[in-house]
Amino acid sequence: MKYLVRLQEGAKKVATRDAYGEALAELGRENPDVVALDADLSKSTKTAVFGKAFPARFFNMGIAEANMMATAAGLAAAGKVPFASTFAVFATGRAFDQVRNSICYPHLNVKIAASHAGITVGEDGGSHQSVEDIALMRVLPNMTVIVPADAGETRAAVRAAAALDGPVYLRLGRAGGPIIFGPDYSFRVGEAVVLREGRDVSLFACGVMVAEALKAADQLAGEGLEAEVVNVSSLKPFDWRTVAESVVRTGAAVSAEEHSIIGGLGGAVAECLAERHPVPLVRVGLRDTFGESGTPDELMKAYGLTAADIVRAAKEAIQRRRV
Amino acid sequence: MTAAAKSGHPGGSLSAADILAALYFRVLRVDPSRPGWPERDRFVLSKGHAAPALYAALAERGYFPVEELKTLRRIHSRLQGHPDMRKTPGVEASTGSLGQGLSMAGGMALAGRLDGCDWRVYALLGDGECEEGQVWEAAMAAAHYRLDNLTAFLDNNGLQIDGPIEQVMSPNPLNDKWRAFGWHVIEIDGHDFGQILGAVDEAKKTKGRPTMIVARTIKGKGCSFMENEAEWHGKAPSPEQAEQALRDLEKGGAAR
Repeated sequence: MKYLVRLQEGAKKVATRDAYGEALAELGRENPDVVALDADLSKSTKTAVFGKAFPARFFNMGIAEANMMATAAGLAAAGKVPFASTFAVFATGRAFDQVRNSICYPHLNVKIAASHAGITVGEDGGSHQSVEDIALMRVLPNMTVIVPADAGETRAAVRAAAALDGPVYLRLGRAGGPIIFGPDYSFRVGEAVVLREGRDVSLFACGVMVAEALKAADQLAGEGLEAEVVNVSSLKPFDWRTVAESVVRTGAAVSAEEHSIIGGLGGAVAECLAERHPVPLVRVGLRDTFGESGTPDELMKAYGLTAADIVRAAKEAIQRRRV
Repeated sequence: MTAAAKSGHPGGSLSAADILAALYFRVLRVDPSRPGWPERDRFVLSKGHAAPALYAALAERGYFPVEELKTLRRIHSRLQGHPDMRKTPGVEASTGSLGQGLSMAGGMALAGRLDGCDWRVYALLGDGECEEGQVWEAAMAAAHYRLDNLTAFLDNNGLQIDGPIEQVMSPNPLNDKWRAFGWHVIEIDGHDFGQILGAVDEAKKTKGRPTMIVARTIKGKGCSFMENEAEWHGKAPSPEQAEQALRDLEKGGAAR
């Protein structure tokens, strides 16, 4: 799929968790079977918006994530469409066995919408910054994994998740990010989206790194290099075809994610390229390390997750292709 | 069944067998010809390793042919080593990783109440299983949400794989713990059908809180060489031992 965009300078920033809260409440108005669960973080994950609108269908499960996930499984087994939310680090780490055995193994219709993913959590520090959640969710059979790039894609992904019968992991962020997609954008699970066409290098990005990749493409263009930017919001199912076709055109690849370079988008791209069309790949992401306290901007710089880092990676990939 | 499969959990299956028989033949509002009937009662075997007892009850109740029980744990069988709701008609929840079933039962009870339905949810837990922290998260939540449409049984056979629960990691005093967590607690002999059915009636009449029926049971019940022996938790009998077990069980049945 193709949806060509240019980032607007100075545009309003919206956090994907805010878009989730609104989209969930909207969904609740349309579908009486939608219910929401939270583990004492409803004001942060924004399920409180749903809870206020539909108090009977909102279940605060307290600080007990394991029970929340398996309760969601029970609600799904009885025909409900539960959205279970907490911070990504708890949803995927603390309750991993419940997500595995109570939700994915029986293919139950539970949507896990996890906020505060990655290091843009900021000041809370490494204990609260999930750098491994995509890897943990991606490896589970039956699971669909979506990492929306902005507010608009989040709203569309919430609807797509509800329409899909089966477990879905939605990765949401705390910090505001620029608007990338207009109202005409149609999100489809399992489809990567070409946001900018180029013939020198493919930049595969997800989440907050999509905006950074678009900025990087602008900078590369200033140096005479045409980068193709691909938004890989569906980590699973993974759009092998779009990714492989892009590198057939460019011959060099960069992956960019606010996650460990192991097992997430970088891992998925590496698997795809190795099996379909091997080209040089440079992975931008956390290099097998936990995060720490700091402002989101400081952390993105400190851990090498900026447009400038993507530019460097792109040049390295192009360089390696030439030797 | 476990002898034919050459693996499985006979001890904890036999301790729960009387409760399962009472549930499937006297208590549960189910229709084996319509396993997905929306108005059915739900039963969650939280101690999923007692799957052989559940399968036997389901087969005898008519969900699938009794002969199919011999396929337990075999490749391509609908009867997995632990219950799989996607494979076996009548199985309501996939369990086996201990501590998760009561949470699932709680979710079902919330859904039923939300829809104003009168179907009820039953669950069966092991006493060793109560060593899992999630059990107490679920206990707290069920009482918090006043799930009086949820009734749980505790198969209190006193043994787990590595030995007596008191020695391995005591979850006792179980009755007091469940009471403290806000549940209505009934203590019974888990091999006395009158007491099992009486407790279920009491649970149905109990409003505003869930009920835990703590059933004192004997691991390996009805089988002379297995009774109260922890080593029979996860070991299948040999063909000769299985013959002996069946003779014991028939004798026990006749005596009753």
